[in-house]
Amino acid sequence: MKIGVLLKQVPGSESKLRVNQDGNWVEEESLNFEINESDSYALEEALQIYEKNGSQGEVAVISMGPDRTPKVIREALAKGAHRGIHIVDTMPYETDPFFIASILAKIVQETAFDLVLAGLQSEDLGTGQTGVILGELCGMSTATLVMETDLQNDKIRVKRELESGWFQWVTMNLPACITIQSGINQPRYASLKGIMGAKKKEIKTISKADLIPSLGPLQTIDTIYIQKKDSTTQMLEGDTNEVVSRLVNIFKTDIKVL
Amino acid sequence: MDILVVLEESKSKIHRASLEAIVAAQKIAEDLSLNIAALVIGSDIANLSTQAANLGISEVVTVNHEMLSKYNADTFAETLIQVIEIEGPSYIFCGHTYQVRDYLPKVSALTQKPLITDVVGYRVEDNQLIFSKQVFNGKLSADIITKTDPPILISFQAAAFSADDLGTGNSSVRPCNITLDQKLVKTESEEPFQETAGDVDLSAANIIVSVGRGIGKKENMAIVEDLASALNGEIGSSRPIVDAGWLPNSRQVGSSGQSVTPTLYLALGISGAIQHIVGMKGSKNIVAINKDPDAPIFEVADYGIVGDIIDIIPKLTEAIKES
Repeated sequence: MKIGVLLKQVPGSESKLRVNQDGNWVEEESLNFEINESDSYALEEALQIYEKNGSQGEVAVISMGPDRTPKVIREALAKGAHRGIHIVDTMPYETDPFFIASILAKIVQETAFDLVLAGLQSEDLGTGQTGVILGELCGMSTATLVMETDLQNDKIRVKRELESGWFQWVTMNLPACITIQSGINQPRYASLKGIMGAKKKEIKTISKADLIPSLGPLQTIDTIYIQKKDSTTQMLEGDTNEVVSRLVNIFKTDIKVL
Repeated sequence: MDILVVLEESKSKIHRASLEAIVAAQKIAEDLSLNIAALVIGSDIANLSTQAANLGISEVVTVNHEMLSKYNADTFAETLIQVIEIEGPSYIFCGHTYQVRDYLPKVSALTQKPLITDVVGYRVEDNQLIFSKQVFNGKLSADIITKTDPPILISFQAAAFSADDLGTGNSSVRPCNITLDQKLVKTESEEPFQETAGDVDLSAANIIVSVGRGIGKKENMAIVEDLASALNGEIGSSRPIVDAGWLPNSRQVGSSGQSVTPTLYLALGISGAIQHIVGMKGSKNIVAINKDPDAPIFEVADYGIVGDIIDIIPKLTEAIKES
């Protein structure tokens, strides 16, 4: 069983973001980058599928990004992934999901993965498309928003999240590419042994320039900007005691819940 | 055909997100003098077609096929691809529903046409449409330009347009014939089901004290419970709290949980991802407390406090008890 996991490194959720000078990305200098949340669940699910099925084959992680990217690959190797592939991107980064999926497809087809897992969407661009397009370009079955997996010989049965608390089971032929919803499992922490072991594992580096597809990009970011606020929010300012007493007054006289 | 809006069914009605996509189409059509068609697909489509014929659009196109009786990514994608080939629309509009997220990227891959997801707005420049969406978890916006010949695929974020602005008027209904082959089906879908209902119906609650990632750790949940009980309210949460197992699924507010409209929605340490916002923005009064002044939750809040909830919550509980 060869399992691939797509990882993306994104600014941490509490980052203060500033638009860069070119207006096409954020200023990265002071940012702390982390693994995209749903990708971390995808990695854990891949490791569990591998372990539940006799620990045969491999879990390989694939990440495209600039020089900062090997940090997340190394973290995945410390948690138990076997090898990493870093596709080196440079500014301005690729942002078209079709184009990115086309680049990733070359790597995925080369290894002939039985199963590819990705988070359902990235926290930076949030297109939610790359995994599905990748699967389609590689002729794989696809499913999104997966909340449970059950590998059965040459098929995989997955529980998809629908809206408002509804779910649906889907059985798919392998090879398959599935995108994972946050909350599907409890991602593990790397052990000290894992962290030490990760240092010996291979991270293959490939330049994006060697993988440029013939078609695309189909879309591109023109500008990134801070949206104008049409906020009518009344901000309560002052020390804690002050804001608490004003809020209690608002509960009493304006909202009338006390 | 200029704009084709794909309609989705929800509880025998047109999905609210599809109606919002119709509104987006109607606004854009007015700006650029375009015509609008709606697409209804399924195996039992009379009801939805009738509803679609009253939306004040040019026409309704229907695809009726037994293989479309329940949602399947492969058949739905293939259907839309064939309709695009036959009808030649310049734009395909959808609501950004969980179903659309599942099959529309397949259509983009197979037709090699751009899909812009989760669009919140548009502007017209030199007779060209430029679509905007939120990026970086809603903290920034981006204008997206496309680089191909039509069609362009678009999904609109929930509540980016209001279904209250729908046009009215009758339109004709006509079928479009496609062929579906069992061989293209790589996934087998079972009937949708609802997980056992939880202990609480948040949609009926008058006061909801809702907690998010800012609470930090499980041990801190106790102060939220104390506040909820002092206010005589129900506890709700954003997704990360349920994912962490600190509250059951039934407490989750948002697109994958419950939609609520209480008199008071108190959002504590909730950043305000759109998936959460769509479930609570109908609340009559929204109060948000968050230490990040840029948190998107403040965009929808009536009252906001920038501060540390761990510090504020116990003092607020105390003050409420004293009052």
